[in-house]
Amino acid sequence: MIEFSGVSKTYRVAKRQAGMGNALKSFFSREYNLVHALRDVSFTIGDGEMVGYIGPNGAGKSTTIKIMCGVLTPDDGACTVNGRIPYRERVAHVRDIGVVFGQRSQLWWDVPVADSFELIRDIYKVKEDRYRKNLSDLSELLNLGDILQTPVRNLSLGQRMRCEIAASLLHDPGVLFLDEPTIGLDAVSKIAVRRFLRRLNEEKGTTILLTTHDMQDIEALTRRVLLIGKGRVLMDGNLAELKKHISSRKTMTAEYRGPAPALREGMELVQSGEGRIVIRFDPSEIPVSEAVTYFAQLTELTDVSVSDITAEEMAAGLYKEYDL
Amino acid sequence: MRLYWNYFMMTLKSQMQYKISFLLTVLGQFLTAFTSFWGIKFIFARINGIDDFSYGQVLLCFSMIMLSFSIGEMIGGGLAVFPNLLREGGFDRILVRPRSVTLQLIVPNMDFSRLGLLVQAVIVLCIAVPVSGIEWTVGKAVVFFLMIVCGSVIFFCLFLMIASVAFFTIGSLEFLNIFTYGMRQFGRYPFSVYGKTTLRFLTFVIPLALIQYYPLLYLLDREDGLVYMISPVLSLLFLLPSYLLYRVGLRNYKSTGS
Repeated sequence: MIEFSGVSKTYRVAKRQAGMGNALKSFFSREYNLVHALRDVSFTIGDGEMVGYIGPNGAGKSTTIKIMCGVLTPDDGACTVNGRIPYRERVAHVRDIGVVFGQRSQLWWDVPVADSFELIRDIYKVKEDRYRKNLSDLSELLNLGDILQTPVRNLSLGQRMRCEIAASLLHDPGVLFLDEPTIGLDAVSKIAVRRFLRRLNEEKGTTILLTTHDMQDIEALTRRVLLIGKGRVLMDGNLAELKKHISSRKTMTAEYRGPAPALREGMELVQSGEGRIVIRFDPSEIPVSEAVTYFAQLTELTDVSVSDITAEEMAAGLYKEYDL
Repeated sequence: MRLYWNYFMMTLKSQMQYKISFLLTVLGQFLTAFTSFWGIKFIFARINGIDDFSYGQVLLCFSMIMLSFSIGEMIGGGLAVFPNLLREGGFDRILVRPRSVTLQLIVPNMDFSRLGLLVQAVIVLCIAVPVSGIEWTVGKAVVFFLMIVCGSVIFFCLFLMIASVAFFTIGSLEFLNIFTYGMRQFGRYPFSVYGKTTLRFLTFVIPLALIQYYPLLYLLDREDGLVYMISPVLSLLFLLPSYLLYRVGLRNYKSTGS
Protein backbone atom coordinates (compact mmCIF):
# COMPACT_ATOMS: atom_id res chain seq x y z
CA MET A 1 0.00 0.00 0.00
CA ILE A 2 1.27 3.42 -0.93
CA GLU A 3 0.09 6.39 1.08
CA PHE A 4 0.76 10.01 0.35
CA SER A 5 -0.61 12.49 2.81
CA GLY A 6 -0.21 16.21 2.44
CA VAL A 7 3.12 15.94 0.64
CA SER A 8 4.75 19.17 -0.49
CA LYS A 9 8.05 19.70 -2.20
CA THR A 10 9.58 22.99 -3.25
CA TYR A 11 12.73 23.48 -5.28
CA ARG A 12 14.91 26.53 -5.21
CA VAL A 13 16.02 27.41 -8.69
CA ALA A 14 18.60 30.10 -9.27
CA LYS A 15 17.39 32.92 -11.47
CA ARG A 16 19.57 33.42 -14.46
CA GLN A 17 19.47 36.05 -17.09
CA ALA A 18 21.20 35.87 -20.39
CA GLY A 19 24.40 37.76 -21.01
CA MET A 20 27.91 37.81 -19.67
CA GLY A 21 27.31 40.67 -17.24
CA ASN A 22 24.45 38.87 -15.59
CA ALA A 23 26.40 35.63 -15.47
CA LEU A 24 29.12 37.43 -13.53
CA LYS A 25 26.61 39.09 -11.26
CA SER A 26 24.96 35.77 -10.48
CA PHE A 27 28.34 34.51 -9.40
CA PHE A 28 28.28 36.78 -6.40
CA SER A 29 24.66 37.16 -5.51
CA ARG A 30 21.88 34.97 -6.64
CA GLU A 31 18.18 35.34 -6.59
CA TYR A 32 16.09 32.26 -6.33
CA ASN A 33 12.74 31.31 -7.69
CA LEU A 34 10.68 28.90 -5.69
CA VAL A 35 9.18 26.14 -7.77
CA HIS A 36 6.39 24.28 -6.06
CA ALA A 37 6.75 20.82 -7.52
CA LEU A 38 4.11 19.32 -5.23
CA ARG A 39 1.58 21.08 -3.02
CA ASP A 40 -0.33 19.14 -0.45
CA VAL A 41 -0.66 15.96 -2.48
CA SER A 42 -2.61 13.10 -0.93
CA PHE A 43 -3.71 9.77 -2.31
CA THR A 44 -3.66 6.09 -1.48
CA ILE A 45 -2.86 3.21 -3.78
CA GLY A 46 -3.94 -0.24 -2.64
CA ASP A 47 -2.04 -3.49 -3.08
CA GLY A 48 -2.34 -4.98 -6.52
CA GLU A 49 -3.65 -1.80 -8.14
CA MET A 50 -2.40 -0.59 -11.48
CA VAL A 51 -2.47 3.19 -11.61
CA GLY A 52 -1.67 5.58 -14.43
CA TYR A 53 -0.16 8.86 -13.44
CA ILE A 54 -0.66 11.56 -16.02
CA GLY A 55 -0.04 15.25 -16.35
CA PRO A 56 1.86 17.62 -18.61
CA ASN A 57 5.64 18.00 -18.44
CA GLY A 58 6.79 19.61 -15.23
CA ALA A 59 3.59 18.78 -13.38
CA GLY A 60 5.41 16.93 -10.59
CA LYS A 61 5.17 13.32 -11.75
CA SER A 62 8.88 12.56 -11.48
CA THR A 63 9.10 14.25 -8.10
CA THR A 64 6.33 12.01 -6.81
CA ILE A 65 8.09 8.89 -8.08
CA LYS A 66 11.41 10.03 -6.63
CA ILE A 67 9.83 10.52 -3.23
CA MET A 68 8.25 7.07 -3.38
CA CYS A 69 11.61 5.56 -4.27
CA GLY A 70 13.35 7.25 -1.38
CA VAL A 71 15.54 9.41 -3.59
CA LEU A 72 14.03 12.68 -2.38
CA THR A 73 12.81 13.80 1.01
CA PRO A 74 9.55 15.79 1.00
CA ASP A 75 9.51 19.20 2.70
CA ASP A 76 6.18 18.55 4.31
CA GLY A 77 3.74 15.70 4.75
CA ALA A 78 4.38 11.99 4.87
CA CYS A 79 4.78 9.15 2.43
CA THR A 80 4.71 5.49 3.35
CA VAL A 81 5.12 2.51 1.07
CA ASN A 82 4.19 -0.85 2.61
CA GLY A 83 4.41 0.77 6.03
CA ARG A 84 7.94 2.08 5.49
CA ILE A 85 9.08 5.65 5.06
CA PRO A 86 11.14 5.44 1.87
CA TYR A 87 13.56 8.29 2.54
CA ARG A 88 14.27 7.18 6.12
CA GLU A 89 14.68 3.43 5.56
CA ARG A 90 16.21 3.52 2.14
CA VAL A 91 17.93 0.14 2.05
CA ALA A 92 15.04 -1.88 3.49
CA HIS A 93 12.58 -0.03 1.30
CA VAL A 94 14.28 -0.34 -2.07
CA ARG A 95 14.72 -4.08 -1.63
CA ASP A 96 10.99 -4.40 -2.20
CA ILE A 97 10.49 -2.04 -5.12
CA GLY A 98 11.43 -2.09 -8.78
CA VAL A 99 12.05 1.08 -10.72
CA VAL A 100 12.22 1.60 -14.47
CA PHE A 101 13.30 5.00 -15.72
CA GLY A 102 12.40 4.97 -19.40
CA GLN A 103 15.00 7.51 -20.38
CA ARG A 104 17.93 6.07 -18.48
CA SER A 105 19.46 2.65 -18.47
CA GLN A 106 20.26 0.65 -15.40
CA LEU A 107 22.24 -1.92 -17.36
CA TRP A 108 25.98 -1.86 -17.89
CA TRP A 109 26.59 -0.50 -21.32
CA ASP A 110 29.57 -2.54 -22.46
CA VAL A 111 28.84 -6.03 -21.21
CA PRO A 112 26.22 -8.63 -22.23
CA VAL A 113 22.78 -8.26 -20.64
CA ALA A 114 23.20 -11.57 -18.80
CA ASP A 115 26.24 -10.18 -16.94
CA SER A 116 24.23 -7.16 -15.83
CA PHE A 117 21.47 -9.44 -14.60
CA GLU A 118 23.93 -11.47 -12.57
CA LEU A 119 25.28 -8.38 -10.93
CA ILE A 120 21.76 -7.24 -10.12
CA ARG A 121 21.15 -10.67 -8.62
CA ASP A 122 24.11 -10.09 -6.31
CA ILE A 123 23.06 -6.53 -5.49
CA TYR A 124 19.64 -7.74 -4.34
CA LYS A 125 20.96 -11.01 -2.89
CA VAL A 126 18.47 -13.07 -4.89
CA LYS A 127 18.73 -16.80 -4.13
CA GLU A 128 20.12 -18.82 -7.00
CA ASP A 129 17.07 -21.03 -7.64
CA ARG A 130 14.76 -18.02 -7.35
CA TYR A 131 16.96 -16.15 -9.82
CA ARG A 132 16.98 -19.03 -12.32
CA LYS A 133 13.21 -19.27 -12.18
CA ASN A 134 12.60 -15.54 -12.49
CA LEU A 135 15.07 -15.25 -15.31
CA SER A 136 13.52 -18.07 -17.31
CA ASP A 137 9.98 -16.74 -16.70
CA LEU A 138 10.94 -13.21 -17.63
CA SER A 139 12.91 -14.16 -20.69
CA GLU A 140 10.01 -16.27 -21.91
CA LEU A 141 7.38 -13.59 -21.31
CA LEU A 142 9.48 -10.74 -22.63
CA ASN A 143 11.00 -12.87 -25.35
CA LEU A 144 14.58 -12.15 -24.34
CA GLY A 145 16.11 -15.46 -25.58
CA ASP A 146 18.98 -14.46 -27.87
CA ILE A 147 19.49 -10.92 -26.71
CA LEU A 148 20.73 -11.92 -23.27
CA GLN A 149 24.19 -12.53 -24.69
CA THR A 150 24.36 -9.22 -26.55
CA PRO A 151 26.13 -6.19 -25.08
CA VAL A 152 23.64 -3.50 -24.18
CA ARG A 153 25.17 -0.96 -26.54
CA ASN A 154 24.17 -3.18 -29.49
CA LEU A 155 20.50 -3.50 -28.52
CA SER A 156 17.65 -1.63 -30.13
CA LEU A 157 15.58 0.62 -27.89
CA GLY A 158 12.71 -1.87 -27.76
CA GLN A 159 15.02 -4.74 -26.86
CA ARG A 160 16.72 -2.62 -24.25
CA MET A 161 13.45 -1.60 -22.65
CA ARG A 162 12.37 -5.22 -22.33
CA CYS A 163 15.68 -5.95 -20.63
CA GLU A 164 15.27 -2.93 -18.35
CA ILE A 165 11.89 -4.18 -17.21
CA ALA A 166 13.21 -7.68 -16.63
CA ALA A 167 16.15 -6.23 -14.67
CA SER A 168 13.77 -4.41 -12.34
CA LEU A 169 11.83 -7.57 -11.60
CA LEU A 170 14.56 -10.10 -10.90
CA HIS A 171 14.16 -9.62 -7.15
CA ASP A 172 10.37 -10.07 -7.08
CA PRO A 173 9.41 -6.55 -5.97
CA GLY A 174 5.91 -6.05 -4.66
CA VAL A 175 5.72 -2.58 -6.18
CA LEU A 176 6.90 -1.50 -9.60
CA PHE A 177 7.35 2.13 -10.63
CA LEU A 178 7.70 2.92 -14.29
CA ASP A 179 8.60 6.37 -15.52
CA GLU A 180 7.61 6.56 -19.20
CA PRO A 181 8.27 2.93 -20.03
CA THR A 182 7.10 3.12 -23.63
CA ILE A 183 8.82 6.32 -24.70
CA GLY A 184 10.32 5.98 -28.14
CA LEU A 185 9.23 2.38 -28.72
CA ASP A 186 7.76 1.04 -31.94
CA ALA A 187 4.23 -0.37 -32.02
CA VAL A 188 5.25 -4.01 -31.62
CA SER A 189 7.45 -3.31 -28.63
CA LYS A 190 4.83 -1.10 -27.02
CA ILE A 191 2.24 -3.82 -27.28
CA ALA A 192 4.65 -6.43 -25.92
CA VAL A 193 5.49 -4.23 -22.94
CA ARG A 194 1.84 -3.49 -22.20
CA ARG A 195 0.80 -7.13 -22.43
CA PHE A 196 3.59 -8.08 -20.09
CA LEU A 197 2.69 -5.45 -17.51
CA ARG A 198 -0.93 -6.50 -17.53
CA ARG A 199 0.00 -10.12 -16.94
CA LEU A 200 2.39 -9.18 -14.17
CA ASN A 201 -0.35 -7.26 -12.41
CA GLU A 202 -2.94 -9.99 -12.85
CA GLU A 203 -0.84 -13.04 -12.11
CA LYS A 204 1.60 -11.84 -9.49
CA GLY A 205 -0.53 -9.07 -8.07
CA THR A 206 2.32 -6.58 -8.38
CA THR A 207 1.27 -3.02 -7.61
CA ILE A 208 2.16 -0.89 -10.61
CA LEU A 209 2.38 2.86 -10.91
CA LEU A 210 3.30 4.24 -14.28
CA THR A 211 3.72 7.71 -15.66
CA THR A 212 3.31 8.22 -19.35
CA HIS A 213 2.38 10.68 -22.04
CA ASP A 214 1.07 7.91 -24.23
CA MET A 215 -2.65 7.72 -23.54
CA GLN A 216 -2.85 4.36 -25.22
CA ASP A 217 -0.74 3.01 -22.37
CA ILE A 218 -3.33 4.33 -19.98
CA GLU A 219 -6.17 2.94 -22.02
CA ALA A 220 -4.57 -0.48 -22.35
CA LEU A 221 -3.31 -0.84 -18.81
CA THR A 222 -5.00 1.09 -16.10
CA ARG A 223 -8.40 1.41 -14.64
CA ARG A 224 -7.44 4.17 -12.26
CA VAL A 225 -5.95 7.44 -13.37
CA LEU A 226 -4.36 10.19 -11.29
CA LEU A 227 -4.14 13.54 -13.00
CA ILE A 228 -1.56 15.92 -11.62
CA GLY A 229 -1.00 19.49 -12.69
CA LYS A 230 0.85 22.43 -11.18
CA GLY A 231 1.80 20.27 -8.23
CA ARG A 232 -1.70 19.24 -7.23
CA VAL A 233 -3.76 16.13 -7.78
CA LEU A 234 -6.63 17.36 -9.91
CA MET A 235 -8.52 14.19 -10.63
CA ASP A 236 -8.44 10.72 -9.24
CA GLY A 237 -10.81 8.20 -10.68
CA ASN A 238 -11.34 5.39 -13.08
CA LEU A 239 -10.77 5.87 -16.74
CA ALA A 240 -14.40 5.49 -17.83
CA GLU A 241 -15.59 8.11 -15.34
CA LEU A 242 -12.95 10.58 -16.38
CA LYS A 243 -13.92 10.13 -19.98
CA LYS A 244 -17.56 10.74 -19.13
CA HIS A 245 -16.55 13.80 -17.18
CA ILE A 246 -15.02 15.33 -20.29
CA SER A 247 -17.62 14.12 -22.69
CA SER A 248 -20.19 11.40 -22.57
CA ARG A 249 -20.65 11.63 -26.31
CA LYS A 250 -20.15 8.52 -28.39
CA THR A 251 -18.41 8.23 -31.70
CA MET A 252 -19.94 5.90 -34.27
CA THR A 253 -18.12 4.74 -37.36
CA ALA A 254 -20.27 3.06 -39.99
CA GLU A 255 -19.46 1.48 -43.33
CA TYR A 256 -22.28 1.07 -45.77
CA ARG A 257 -23.24 0.28 -49.35
CA GLY A 258 -25.46 2.58 -51.27
CA PRO A 259 -26.20 6.28 -50.94
CA ALA A 260 -24.98 8.32 -48.01
CA PRO A 261 -27.58 8.42 -45.22
CA ALA A 262 -28.91 11.77 -44.07
CA LEU A 263 -28.24 12.67 -40.45
CA ARG A 264 -30.99 13.31 -37.98
CA GLU A 265 -31.09 15.97 -35.31
CA GLY A 266 -28.52 15.48 -32.52
CA MET A 267 -25.98 13.78 -34.76
CA GLU A 268 -22.81 15.65 -35.57
CA LEU A 269 -20.82 14.79 -38.65
CA VAL A 270 -17.14 14.22 -37.98
CA GLN A 271 -16.00 12.75 -41.25
CA SER A 272 -17.56 11.27 -44.30
CA GLY A 273 -16.05 9.49 -47.26
CA GLU A 274 -16.85 6.91 -49.85
CA GLY A 275 -18.97 4.28 -48.11
CA ARG A 276 -17.80 5.42 -44.67
CA ILE A 277 -19.19 7.92 -42.19
CA VAL A 278 -18.13 9.01 -38.71
CA ILE A 279 -20.58 10.79 -36.46
CA ARG A 280 -20.80 11.89 -32.85
CA PHE A 281 -23.88 11.95 -30.66
CA ASP A 282 -24.99 12.17 -27.07
CA PRO A 283 -26.37 8.80 -25.86
CA SER A 284 -28.74 10.53 -23.46
CA GLU A 285 -30.52 12.11 -26.44
CA ILE A 286 -30.20 9.26 -28.90
CA PRO A 287 -29.65 5.82 -27.34
CA VAL A 288 -26.97 3.80 -29.11
CA SER A 289 -29.41 1.14 -30.29
CA GLU A 290 -31.59 3.81 -31.81
CA ALA A 291 -28.70 5.37 -33.67
CA VAL A 292 -27.69 2.04 -35.13
CA THR A 293 -31.26 1.14 -36.16
CA TYR A 294 -31.69 4.57 -37.73
CA PHE A 295 -28.71 3.97 -39.98
CA ALA A 296 -29.68 0.38 -40.72
CA GLN A 297 -33.06 1.53 -42.00
CA LEU A 298 -31.55 4.10 -44.37
CA THR A 299 -28.73 2.07 -45.91
CA GLU A 300 -27.22 -1.35 -46.01
CA LEU A 301 -24.67 -1.37 -43.15
CA THR A 302 -21.59 -3.56 -43.62
CA ASP A 303 -19.72 -2.61 -40.49
CA VAL A 304 -20.39 -0.44 -37.46
CA SER A 305 -18.48 0.44 -34.32
CA VAL A 306 -19.33 2.69 -31.40
CA SER A 307 -16.77 4.04 -28.98
CA ASP A 308 -16.24 6.57 -26.21
CA ILE A 309 -13.86 9.43 -26.71
CA THR A 310 -10.26 8.25 -26.81
CA ALA A 311 -7.99 8.64 -23.81
CA GLU A 312 -6.04 11.09 -25.93
CA GLU A 313 -9.09 13.33 -26.31
CA MET A 314 -9.81 12.92 -22.63
CA ALA A 315 -6.35 14.06 -21.60
CA ALA A 316 -6.50 17.02 -23.95
CA GLY A 317 -9.91 17.89 -22.50
CA LEU A 318 -8.67 17.61 -18.94
CA TYR A 319 -5.55 19.67 -19.54
CA LYS A 320 -7.71 22.32 -21.15
CA GLU A 321 -10.27 22.27 -18.36
CA TYR A 322 -7.61 22.80 -15.70
CA ASP A 323 -5.70 25.24 -17.82
CA LEU A 324 -2.47 23.23 -17.69
CA MET B 1 31.94 -8.87 -0.26
CA ARG B 2 31.38 -11.18 -3.19
CA LEU B 3 29.20 -8.51 -4.69
CA TYR B 4 31.92 -5.90 -4.66
CA TRP B 5 34.37 -8.36 -6.12
CA ASN B 6 31.94 -9.09 -8.96
CA TYR B 7 31.27 -5.40 -9.32
CA PHE B 8 34.98 -4.84 -9.54
CA MET B 9 35.38 -7.55 -12.18
CA MET B 10 32.53 -6.03 -14.15
CA THR B 11 34.26 -2.66 -14.16
CA LEU B 12 37.49 -4.29 -15.26
CA LYS B 13 35.65 -6.22 -17.97
CA SER B 14 33.94 -3.07 -19.26
CA GLN B 15 37.22 -1.24 -19.47
CA MET B 16 38.87 -4.17 -21.22
CA GLN B 17 36.15 -4.19 -23.87
CA TYR B 18 38.18 -1.74 -25.87
CA LYS B 19 41.50 -3.52 -25.56
CA ILE B 20 43.65 -1.36 -27.76
CA SER B 21 42.29 1.84 -26.28
CA PHE B 22 42.95 0.49 -22.80
CA LEU B 23 46.51 -0.55 -23.58
CA LEU B 24 47.31 2.73 -25.28
CA THR B 25 45.97 4.69 -22.31
CA VAL B 26 48.12 2.64 -19.97
CA LEU B 27 51.12 3.24 -22.22
CA GLY B 28 50.33 6.95 -22.44
CA GLN B 29 50.13 7.19 -18.67
CA PHE B 30 53.47 5.48 -18.45
CA LEU B 31 55.15 7.79 -20.95
CA THR B 32 53.82 11.07 -19.54
CA ALA B 33 54.89 10.09 -16.08
CA PHE B 34 58.28 9.17 -17.44
CA THR B 35 58.94 12.72 -18.53
CA SER B 36 58.80 13.93 -14.95
CA PHE B 37 61.27 11.26 -14.01
CA TRP B 38 63.66 12.56 -16.68
CA GLY B 39 63.02 16.05 -15.40
CA ILE B 40 64.44 15.13 -12.03
CA LYS B 41 67.34 13.29 -13.60
CA PHE B 42 68.33 16.31 -15.66
CA ILE B 43 68.12 18.72 -12.76
CA PHE B 44 70.39 16.53 -10.70
CA ALA B 45 72.85 16.23 -13.56
CA ARG B 46 73.67 19.90 -12.87
CA ILE B 47 73.30 20.18 -9.10
CA ASN B 48 74.04 17.89 -6.20
CA GLY B 49 71.12 18.47 -3.91
CA ILE B 50 67.96 20.43 -3.34
CA ASP B 51 67.49 21.78 0.14
CA ASP B 52 69.74 19.13 1.64
CA PHE B 53 68.16 16.27 -0.21
CA SER B 54 70.24 14.18 -2.57
CA TYR B 55 69.20 12.74 -5.92
CA GLY B 56 68.35 9.35 -4.47
CA GLN B 57 66.29 10.89 -1.70
CA VAL B 58 64.27 13.07 -4.04
CA LEU B 59 63.74 10.06 -6.25
CA LEU B 60 62.42 8.12 -3.28
CA CYS B 61 60.07 10.96 -2.49
CA PHE B 62 58.97 11.08 -6.11
CA SER B 63 58.25 7.36 -6.37
CA MET B 64 56.43 7.35 -3.05
CA ILE B 65 54.11 10.19 -4.04
CA MET B 66 53.54 8.63 -7.45
CA LEU B 67 52.69 5.31 -5.89
CA SER B 68 50.24 6.85 -3.41
CA PHE B 69 48.75 9.03 -6.06
CA SER B 70 48.25 6.26 -8.59
CA ILE B 71 46.53 4.03 -6.02
CA GLY B 72 44.43 6.92 -4.74
CA GLU B 73 43.50 7.93 -8.25
CA MET B 74 42.74 4.41 -9.40
CA ILE B 75 40.17 4.14 -6.64
CA GLY B 76 38.97 7.72 -6.36
CA GLY B 77 39.83 9.33 -9.68
CA GLY B 78 36.67 8.02 -11.32
CA LEU B 79 34.65 10.10 -8.91
CA ALA B 80 35.29 12.90 -11.39
CA VAL B 81 32.28 11.50 -13.28
CA PHE B 82 30.19 12.34 -10.27
CA PRO B 83 28.87 15.69 -11.54
CA ASN B 84 27.66 13.94 -14.72
CA LEU B 85 26.06 11.22 -12.64
CA LEU B 86 24.10 13.87 -10.78
CA ARG B 87 23.09 15.74 -13.88
CA GLU B 88 21.98 12.71 -15.85
CA GLY B 89 20.20 11.03 -12.98
CA GLY B 90 22.50 8.02 -12.67
CA PHE B 91 22.78 8.86 -9.01
CA ASP B 92 19.07 8.18 -8.51
CA ARG B 93 19.66 4.64 -9.73
CA ILE B 94 22.33 4.18 -7.08
CA LEU B 95 19.90 5.37 -4.43
CA VAL B 96 17.24 2.84 -5.43
CA ARG B 97 19.57 -0.11 -4.92
CA PRO B 98 19.76 -1.71 -1.49
CA ARG B 99 23.50 -1.27 -1.05
CA SER B 100 26.00 1.20 0.29
CA VAL B 101 25.88 4.39 -1.76
CA THR B 102 29.57 5.04 -1.27
CA LEU B 103 30.72 1.68 -2.61
CA GLN B 104 28.32 1.86 -5.52
CA LEU B 105 29.92 5.16 -6.42
CA ILE B 106 33.50 4.03 -6.10
CA VAL B 107 33.64 0.50 -7.48
CA PRO B 108 32.11 1.06 -10.93
CA ASN B 109 34.21 4.15 -11.50
CA MET B 110 37.62 2.72 -10.74
CA ASP B 111 40.10 3.53 -13.44
CA PHE B 112 42.53 0.76 -14.24
CA SER B 113 44.35 2.66 -16.93
CA ARG B 114 46.24 4.19 -13.98
CA LEU B 115 48.22 0.96 -13.91
CA GLY B 116 50.71 2.67 -16.20
CA LEU B 117 51.51 5.19 -13.51
CA LEU B 118 51.65 2.51 -10.86
CA VAL B 119 54.12 0.35 -12.76
CA GLN B 120 56.26 3.39 -13.41
CA ALA B 121 56.25 4.34 -9.74
CA VAL B 122 57.36 0.85 -8.78
CA ILE B 123 60.22 0.97 -11.28
CA VAL B 124 61.41 4.34 -9.98
CA LEU B 125 61.13 3.01 -6.46
CA CYS B 126 63.43 0.13 -7.35
CA ILE B 127 65.97 2.60 -8.73
CA ALA B 128 65.64 4.94 -5.77
CA VAL B 129 65.96 2.53 -2.86
CA PRO B 130 69.61 1.53 -3.41
CA VAL B 131 70.81 5.08 -4.16
CA SER B 132 68.89 6.82 -1.38
CA GLY B 133 71.54 6.05 1.19
CA ILE B 134 69.02 4.91 3.76
CA GLU B 135 70.01 2.20 6.19
CA TRP B 136 66.85 0.14 6.24
CA THR B 137 65.46 -1.34 9.42
CA VAL B 138 62.18 -3.10 10.03
CA GLY B 139 60.82 0.09 11.63
CA LYS B 140 61.75 2.17 8.62
CA ALA B 141 60.18 -0.32 6.23
CA VAL B 142 56.95 -0.14 8.21
CA VAL B 143 57.01 3.66 8.18
CA PHE B 144 57.64 3.69 4.43
CA PHE B 145 54.77 1.29 3.89
CA LEU B 146 52.53 3.54 6.00
CA MET B 147 53.60 6.55 3.94
CA ILE B 148 52.33 4.88 0.80
CA VAL B 149 49.11 3.50 2.27
CA CYS B 150 48.16 6.69 4.13
CA GLY B 151 49.24 8.74 1.14
CA SER B 152 46.81 6.79 -1.06
CA VAL B 153 44.09 7.48 1.47
CA ILE B 154 44.81 11.22 1.49
CA PHE B 155 44.75 11.40 -2.30
CA PHE B 156 41.53 9.43 -2.32
CA CYS B 157 40.04 11.87 0.22
CA LEU B 158 41.02 14.77 -2.01
CA PHE B 159 39.25 13.18 -4.97
CA LEU B 160 36.21 12.51 -2.80
CA MET B 161 36.08 16.09 -1.53
CA ILE B 162 36.31 17.55 -4.99
CA ALA B 163 33.57 15.25 -6.21
CA SER B 164 31.38 16.16 -3.24
CA VAL B 165 31.53 19.80 -4.20
CA ALA B 166 29.29 18.80 -7.12
CA PHE B 167 26.47 18.13 -4.65
CA PHE B 168 26.34 21.87 -4.10
CA THR B 169 27.21 23.25 -7.50
CA ILE B 170 26.10 20.50 -9.94
CA GLY B 171 29.12 21.29 -12.02
CA SER B 172 32.77 20.51 -11.80
CA LEU B 173 35.20 23.06 -10.53
CA GLU B 174 38.32 22.41 -12.54
CA PHE B 175 40.58 24.62 -10.47
CA LEU B 176 40.17 22.27 -7.51
CA ASN B 177 42.33 19.79 -9.41
CA ILE B 178 45.30 21.74 -8.13
CA PHE B 179 44.84 19.78 -4.93
CA THR B 180 45.09 16.43 -6.67
CA TYR B 181 47.08 16.58 -9.89
CA GLY B 182 48.89 19.67 -8.68
CA MET B 183 49.94 17.97 -5.47
CA ARG B 184 51.31 15.05 -7.41
CA GLN B 185 53.61 17.47 -9.22
CA PHE B 186 54.59 19.39 -6.05
CA GLY B 187 55.10 16.18 -4.18
CA ARG B 188 58.01 15.14 -6.35
CA TYR B 189 60.24 17.17 -4.04
CA PRO B 190 60.18 17.18 -0.24
CA PHE B 191 57.64 19.82 0.70
CA SER B 192 60.14 21.85 2.71
CA VAL B 193 61.65 23.16 -0.53
CA TYR B 194 58.58 25.32 -1.06
CA GLY B 195 59.09 27.36 2.11
CA LYS B 196 57.60 27.55 5.56
CA THR B 197 54.10 28.76 4.68
CA THR B 198 53.49 26.02 2.17
CA LEU B 199 54.83 23.45 4.58
CA ARG B 200 52.48 24.66 7.29
CA PHE B 201 49.54 24.55 4.89
CA LEU B 202 50.46 20.99 3.93
CA THR B 203 50.75 20.02 7.56
CA PHE B 204 47.59 21.42 9.03
CA VAL B 205 45.16 21.92 6.15
CA ILE B 206 45.87 19.23 3.61
CA PRO B 207 48.17 16.91 5.52
CA LEU B 208 50.33 15.75 2.63
CA ALA B 209 53.53 16.69 4.42
CA LEU B 210 52.58 14.18 7.10
CA ILE B 211 52.91 11.37 4.62
CA GLN B 212 55.95 12.75 2.86
CA TYR B 213 58.25 15.30 4.49
CA TYR B 214 58.14 14.35 8.17
CA PRO B 215 58.42 10.57 7.86
CA LEU B 216 61.13 11.10 5.26
CA LEU B 217 63.18 12.89 7.92
CA TYR B 218 62.77 9.83 10.07
CA LEU B 219 63.87 7.51 7.26
CA LEU B 220 66.98 9.65 6.75
CA ASP B 221 67.83 9.54 10.48
CA ARG B 222 67.52 13.31 10.75
CA GLU B 223 64.75 13.07 13.33
CA ASP B 224 63.89 10.17 15.54
CA GLY B 225 60.86 11.39 17.50
CA LEU B 226 57.82 9.19 17.64
CA VAL B 227 55.76 11.95 16.01
CA TYR B 228 57.83 11.65 12.87
CA MET B 229 57.30 7.93 12.79
CA ILE B 230 53.56 7.98 13.23
CA SER B 231 52.85 11.14 11.27
CA PRO B 232 51.41 9.15 8.33
CA VAL B 233 48.83 7.68 10.68
CA LEU B 234 47.99 11.13 12.04
CA SER B 235 47.24 12.27 8.51
CA LEU B 236 44.29 9.90 8.48
CA LEU B 237 42.41 12.51 10.52
CA PHE B 238 41.81 14.06 7.14
CA LEU B 239 39.23 11.34 6.54
CA LEU B 240 36.89 13.12 8.94
CA PRO B 241 36.37 16.42 7.11
CA SER B 242 36.24 14.76 3.70
CA TYR B 243 33.69 12.19 4.76
CA LEU B 244 31.69 14.88 6.51
CA LEU B 245 31.58 17.02 3.39
CA TYR B 246 30.40 14.00 1.42
CA ARG B 247 27.65 13.17 3.95
CA VAL B 248 26.41 16.74 4.14
CA GLY B 249 26.37 16.83 0.35
CA LEU B 250 24.38 13.63 0.18
CA ARG B 251 21.83 14.94 2.66
CA ASN B 252 21.62 18.19 0.75
CA TYR B 253 20.95 16.27 -2.47
CA LYS B 254 18.11 14.31 -0.94
CA SER B 255 16.37 17.43 0.21
CA THR B 256 16.91 19.61 -2.85
CA GLY B 257 17.09 17.21 -5.76
CA SER B 258 19.09 17.99 -8.83
